[in-house]
Amino acid sequence: MRRGLSNLGAATLRQIEELGRMIRFGGRIVMAAGRPPFRWRSFMAAVYDSGLLSVALICAAGLTVGFVLGLQLYNTLVRFGAEDSLGTAVGLSLIRELGPVLTGLLVTGRAGSAITAEIGAMRTGQQLDGLRMMAIDPIHFVVMPRAMAVFFVLPLLSALFVALGIFGAYLMGVEVLGLDGGTYLASLEAAVEFDTDVLQSLVKSVVFGVLLALIATWRGYSCEPHSAGVSRATTSTVVTASIAILLADYLLTALWSL
Amino acid sequence: MQSNSNRDLAVGVFVLLGLGVIAYLSLQVGGLSLREPGGLVLFATFDDIGGLSPRSSVRIGGVKVGRVESIDLDDDLRARVRLNLARDLELSVDTAAAIRTSGLLGDQFVALEPGAEDELLVTGEDFAFTESAINLDKLIGSVVHGEGLGGGD
Repeated sequence: MRRGLSNLGAATLRQIEELGRMIRFGGRIVMAAGRPPFRWRSFMAAVYDSGLLSVALICAAGLTVGFVLGLQLYNTLVRFGAEDSLGTAVGLSLIRELGPVLTGLLVTGRAGSAITAEIGAMRTGQQLDGLRMMAIDPIHFVVMPRAMAVFFVLPLLSALFVALGIFGAYLMGVEVLGLDGGTYLASLEAAVEFDTDVLQSLVKSVVFGVLLALIATWRGYSCEPHSAGVSRATTSTVVTASIAILLADYLLTALWSL
Repeated sequence: MQSNSNRDLAVGVFVLLGLGVIAYLSLQVGGLSLREPGGLVLFATFDDIGGLSPRSSVRIGGVKVGRVESIDLDDDLRARVRLNLARDLELSVDTAAAIRTSGLLGDQFVALEPGAEDELLVTGEDFAFTESAINLDKLIGSVVHGEGLGGGD
């Protein structure tokens, strides 16, 4: 009994310590970003890897989610004779929730895991120690550009997802199911407001970007220096970041509706 | 170096595209207006605005000419609606504002019915004639109880 309790206590303390180390690591990234020179070359390369190469995935996912939303919501709304509100339903659900959350999860899987594996492999190959030997701060040289890139591209990708989702639902509702295109867009534009919906979407995607950037780089940086450690760190990035994004989404939604 | 500049070009296009989509979502879909001041601002006071809300549209003969900017209670506890209309709109002083519904259960909007006077309304003025929203509950109630529709016995 006593032993079980002290095990629980030790495990809790370890988690809290880990959280504290991660937040301090985040502070070091921010400090590094403010310290010249800004690593434009690595930043551009990271934006290319995390952002541009995710565009195809985000477009395909956004379009598909748009199709599904259009079809499902149409079938529900048509029972109440309210199929003219399809634009409202699609727009609000995509902009407020699905856009930022699904983009966050997809980018976690596509780019977050890659960043963890890359930094983890550098740690395993002692390249991070090598940089430090040359008096180059690995956080400034390796971690900061990648973290900044994830933070920077997530709102862009999320907006892309939302736009393609709206377009996908338009294709489904107007071209396939025969709704009026003007009605769809008018009900969309009448229902969506900047300060409650679009701003909420942007804030969410920025927060998710911070969470993912921090978790992915920290897991790679703190990974155990062997191949099993890299694999564990990569898995842990996907799990932790997904949970963090979903939790943050709930908190932000609750705060917004206060 | 060649591949580097290609990559930079691609990143530039990506960033521009993303910012463009954000701008589209904010301005077109979200209705954020960059040129907020400058329009014709008029006030209309109603006893009952029904389901009218900020950003509802203002129409003349079905054509959209502006939107509801805000709704407040005035000193007499009546709803005072602030309308932001197209700047070049010429409305005579006896123009009437009414709250109408598109379809049976559709969105509510402010319908303006132009008058005949020569004098024009200028920014900050009130509409002299207004007509409140039709309250569906009251309407049904009056039919059920046979009040006010001239029916009964």
